[in-house]
Parts: sequence; C-alpha cells; structure tokens
Amino acid sequence: MSDAAHQPQAKPNWLSRNKLAVAPWIFLIPALIFFAIYVVIPIFESLWLSLYEWNGLYTADGESTATWVGFGNYVKLWDDPNFWTSLRNNIAWLVLYMLAVPLGLFIALYLNQTVTGMRFYKSMFFFPFVISQVVVGLIFGWFYNPDFGVVGTVWKALFCEETINIVGNVTFTCSRPAPDILSSPEWATYGIIAAGLWPQIAYCMILYLTGLNNVAADQIEAARLDGAKGWKMLWYVVVPQLKPATFIAIVVTVIGALRSFDMIAIMTQGGPFGSTNVLSHYMYEVAISEYGERYGYGSSVATVLFGIMLIFISYFLWRMYQDEKGGR
Amino acid sequence: MFLNVKTAVAAIALSAMAGSAFARDLVINFDDLNPGPKKGFDDAVALFQEENPDINVIVNNNDREAHKTAIRNFLTADAPDVTSWYPGNRMAPFVDAGLFQPVDDVWEENGFKEDLAAIMPTMSRDGKIWGVPYSYYQWGIYYRKDIFDLLELEEPQTWDELLGACAKMKENGVTPFAIGTKFLWTAAGVFDYINLRTNGYDVHNALTAGEIKYTDPRIRATFANWETLINECGFIDNHASMSWQDAIAPFANGDAAMYVMGNFAVDGFKNAGLTEEQIDFMPFPTIDPAIAPAEEAPADAFFIPTNAKNVEDAKKFLAFVARPDVQTQWNMTIGQLPINSKADISDDKFIQEGFALLNSAQGLAQFYDRDAPAAMAKAGMEGFQEFMLDPSKVDAILERLDTVQEEVYN
Repeated sequence: MSDAAHQPQAKPNWLSRNKLAVAPWIFLIPALIFFAIYVVIPIFESLWLSLYEWNGLYTADGESTATWVGFGNYVKLWDDPNFWTSLRNNIAWLVLYMLAVPLGLFIALYLNQTVTGMRFYKSMFFFPFVISQVVVGLIFGWFYNPDFGVVGTVWKALFCEETINIVGNVTFTCSRPAPDILSSPEWATYGIIAAGLWPQIAYCMILYLTGLNNVAADQIEAARLDGAKGWKMLWYVVVPQLKPATFIAIVVTVIGALRSFDMIAIMTQGGPFGSTNVLSHYMYEVAISEYGERYGYGSSVATVLFGIMLIFISYFLWRMYQDEKGGR
Repeated sequence: MFLNVKTAVAAIALSAMAGSAFARDLVINFDDLNPGPKKGFDDAVALFQEENPDINVIVNNNDREAHKTAIRNFLTADAPDVTSWYPGNRMAPFVDAGLFQPVDDVWEENGFKEDLAAIMPTMSRDGKIWGVPYSYYQWGIYYRKDIFDLLELEEPQTWDELLGACAKMKENGVTPFAIGTKFLWTAAGVFDYINLRTNGYDVHNALTAGEIKYTDPRIRATFANWETLINECGFIDNHASMSWQDAIAPFANGDAAMYVMGNFAVDGFKNAGLTEEQIDFMPFPTIDPAIAPAEEAPADAFFIPTNAKNVEDAKKFLAFVARPDVQTQWNMTIGQLPINSKADISDDKFIQEGFALLNSAQGLAQFYDRDAPAAMAKAGMEGFQEFMLDPSKVDAILERLDTVQEEVYN
C-alpha cells in the first residue's frame, strides 16, 4: 500500500495507458468464457470423440470405457444407408425450405397496405412463428392423422361410408384407405417440411414487412413515371431495395432447415424406419436416445453436420465482411 | 450470537453422530412414479423399514424415462446402494463396464436358485448372477370375448385354427389384429412370438446374441409365417402412425378383435370402456408342435452398484424383495406376476392365466429390445415395421439387418 503511494505520479501504469484497448476485452470476458465452455470446447471434444467407440459409460473408478478407432466411425458412416437417407433429407429440407423466402415476400407485399384491421391480419399471419415448434409439430401431426385429423375427416366425407360393426358401434368402411402421410416413407419428409414452412414463412414475412417500410417512395414514384408496373416494378425496383432483408431471410431459413430437429422428434421420431431422419436427429438417435448409446458414432454424424454448416456459416460471414468493407 | 452458532454446530455434529451410531443409511433408486407401481414399492420399503429399524432407508423415486438417462451418470458419480434396472442385454453394458456387482451369494443363501430358477439365465452374465427380480408380466393375445362369442369362435390353439378364425372375422368385417407400430417395439412383440413358435427359445437367443444371421433359413421361415399372418389375418390400417394406446381405440370400438400385447395393456383396455367380461387372454397359438413352448416375460429387477457404500444392507434388501410374501403383496398391488414360485397370486383372471402360462413355459424371453444390443434392436425393429408395411421387401430388409448385425457384434 505505502509503496504504491510513493510512486511518482507522472508515470501512468500499464492499465491506464491501454485503457481503450483493454476495456472491450474486459466486457467481453464473461461472454467469451461461457462461449468457450458451452460452444467452442464441446466442438473440439466431439471432434475428438468421433475417433473413439464409446457407449457413454465410465467404470466404477471413473475412467472412460472408450476405445480408439481412428477414422473407423467415418468408414462406417460411408456404408450406413441411414446416414445417406438423413443427408438426402437434409438436402430436401434445404431446398424446399427456400420456398419460405418468396412466399414470405408475397405475403408481405399483400399485407403491406393500409386497410382497417391490417394489424390484426398481420399478427394472424405472424402467429405461427410465435408459438413453439413443438406445438406446430403436434398440430400438424394431428392434422395429418388419418383417423381423427383434418385429412382423415375430409377423406371420410369423400370416400367412406358410415356402417355399424359387429358389436353395434359406428365405424367407417372406405373404398380407398385414407392417406397416412406421416407413415409413408415417400411422403412423410415432405409432410414435415410443409409443417416447418408454416412458421418459417411467417418469419420471412416479418423480415420483409420491416424491409418494405424502408423502400424509398421516390424511387417507386420515378419508376411509375417511367411506366414500370407489376412484375417489372417488383423485380427491378422493389426487390433490389430489399436485398438486406433477403439476405437475412436466406440466412435464417438455411439455419432453420439445418436445425429441423424438433419437428421430426415430435412428428415421426425419424420414422417410419428411419426415412424421415435428418443428420441432427440421426445424431441424437445413435448417441443419446434409448436405443443409441454409441457416442463416438453420434459424434462423427455431428462432425459431418458441423462441416456442412461451416460451409454456409463461412459464406455468410464472408458476405457480411464484404458488405461492411464496401459500406465504409 | 456466537453462542448460538456454537450450539448449532454442536447439535449438527451430535445428530450426525447419532445418525451413524443408530441407523445405517440405505439409498435405493427406483424408477416408477405411476400410482400403482409407486404404492407397491413404497409398501415394500415400509415393511422392510419395519423389519429392520436399524436401517435408515432413503428412497429416490424417478420417472422411468428419466431413470434410464440418470443411471448412466449416477452409477459412477453418486452411486446408490440399490437401483432398479432390467435384466438381459439391458444390464450388459453396466456389467461389462464393471458398474454392477455380482450377487451370487444372495441367491445361494436364500435358495433363489430353486425358487427363481426360470429367470436365472436372464439374470446371469459371464457365469455370475447380477441382480434379483421382483416382478414380471406375461405377453400373449388379448381378444374381444364378445366378438368371439358372436362369431362362435373358440380360442385358437394352433396356427391353422388362428388363420381359420381370422378368415371368419374378415368375412364379418372385423379386422383380426390391432397394433400401433409408431414406437416400433410392439412389432417386435409379434416378431418374437412368431419366432418363438416357429423356431423356439434357443433360436431366439442365438439370434439376439448375434450367433445366427437374419438371412438364416429359420429366420426366413419366421418372416414367411409373419407374411401369412399379415395376408390371411391382417392388422389395422395406419398402424405405423399409432402408438399402442392409439390402437386401443379400434379394439375397444369392436373394429379389431385381437391384440398381441403385454399384461400392462389390460389397464388401457379397461380405461377405454371395456369390461372384464368383454376381454380375455390366450397364449399365442402353436405353429410347430415339436417346438417347446416359450413365452415373453420381461422382468424388473434390483441391482447393487459397484460403488455402493452399504453393500451389506443392500444384499439384505435384495433378499427381501424376492421373499414369497413380499412378492405376493407387491405384485397384487401392481397387477403383475411374482417371480418366486412360492409366492401367491391375486385372483385377477389375467394374472391367473399368465401365471399358469409362464410356469409351464420352457424358456422365458425378455423381449427383442432387451435381449438384443441397443443398436441391433433399433435396426431390427425398424426392419419389422418396414416389413409390416410392405412384406415384399423382406429380402432387402434381412440383408440390411445382416450388415448391421456384423457391425454391432464385432
């Protein structure tokens, strides 16, 4: 204490000299610590774990029971038909989920007018994004149900007649069996994607609605004087001004498509016989679920998914960086 | 203030000493919060406490699914003295990792090797016995007695009689079998039974132990019989989008007449409005008379973790849960079957029939997903579901299961 008091005042200490450089890091430290513990370190851990075969157990002394298999898990993945099904479904999700962007734009254009009660309609369209994905999955699961869902009820009205069965209860006999969308290996994935699109369209719509507020009225006016209207007006005047909104809409849609876990877990659990799995759900299934317990193999699935995400993430980051450079 | 703290510390120290001097702690982890099973367990613990006043029993009762996840941690990190778990292949990972300790002495001292003989192979691994079971239940065909009476059908004893009964049901607009395969394991029950009746208990074990292939002619014969069952009997439509509870609806409505299920389903049937007179139980019919009868009877058991602190009292508890009077009372409460052959059973007709059935069985299978390792069970059950939706894919399915088998068991 007394030593510090005797030091000459003229020489400022290191901290006060570098205040500006150090301050941001001090504020960042808590976030960085948590980001490291919960995101960065687990990424490397699971990369490392993907080189082991491990059932997730420790011995009584607390030692891991994992055995080193090198790239064995990846070799297995290559020959695993379930993995390829999952990857194919991931691509289907990515491609079809992109429909949310144009559909969101059209709904936004439609809603971007001044009519009484428009706020109410807007909030109705935005509603599916507010409710949880789990609820959306449940609702659509019931919707598709061939016995008591909307699909089943409509089908019964069209193709079935009410009869009395042997014990005297009312039942239905159908000329054609009702379509069981979520149990059909061909259609189940598309059924889930359709359910996922519902909130995703709402999300894109809200992004475009805010974007449309910033479209310059004078440019529209000028284009109109030049005789532009309809599609040409939209494509050459409005859409270019919506570029930032489009970029964000694509980013959130890609991310949404890649993390399609909850819908699948709720609606089909990857079934029937694995035909609706995507990588994230397959990873859960082989590692964590009741019949999984293959943590090394699950980690190798996670690593592949991480690689795919990395491509998109790097592209988006690069784009943002370019935009910022251009903006300055 | 200081004085208060001092007395508090002293009091705590004293009570801790008292605790260790007069009562030994016995920590038991259990895995069922449903009212019936919880009461059965709580009553048994209360009785144990009464008989052993010097033991202080501490119970952690958890939800079944949560327990399945938690056990993987607590066996290493914070082991109880006794935990509930399942025998067969479900205990294998823990036995192999050295997380359970053998309890051969408990079996030896209490004569369980005679009284629990039927279940001993299932409780054993590597030549040692790893736990003590307290309950099990039978599987078989639950059927609508009123529909059988209307159609003047008797309980079919043989495969041909079953197919004949199915033909009559279909003529009268009744779908023979209800099933819900959304969660896969129900299809495994049907597979297990056809396989047990076509090939017997040893082939079931050899298959789930990875010793014979799925493309083996014997397993192909099982699938051929299954295809016959699908074509000539038939299951309800849309079963792949139903849970087993959903599939009770057509059964209760009288659209379907039979249900291959475990005894726990009786509760569901009754809740759906069916009365005791409307439902009945029959064993799965014989396919090949030369094959000794074997049944599915999944058991629930207690195990002692290697890291248990109070092994002596844990063994006392294990001996206690298999005692005839305890098993009698416990299983009457939960509506299942006692395993101890000296125990009595309730006069519920399903329990009576099940007891007779399991006592005459030459082998007791746990269930496909408990006898086979997890990864194999998952792939196998997906294959069964796929087969039920489209039996023509059988070759592709069996070949794929062979590939999985090769991977899993090596």
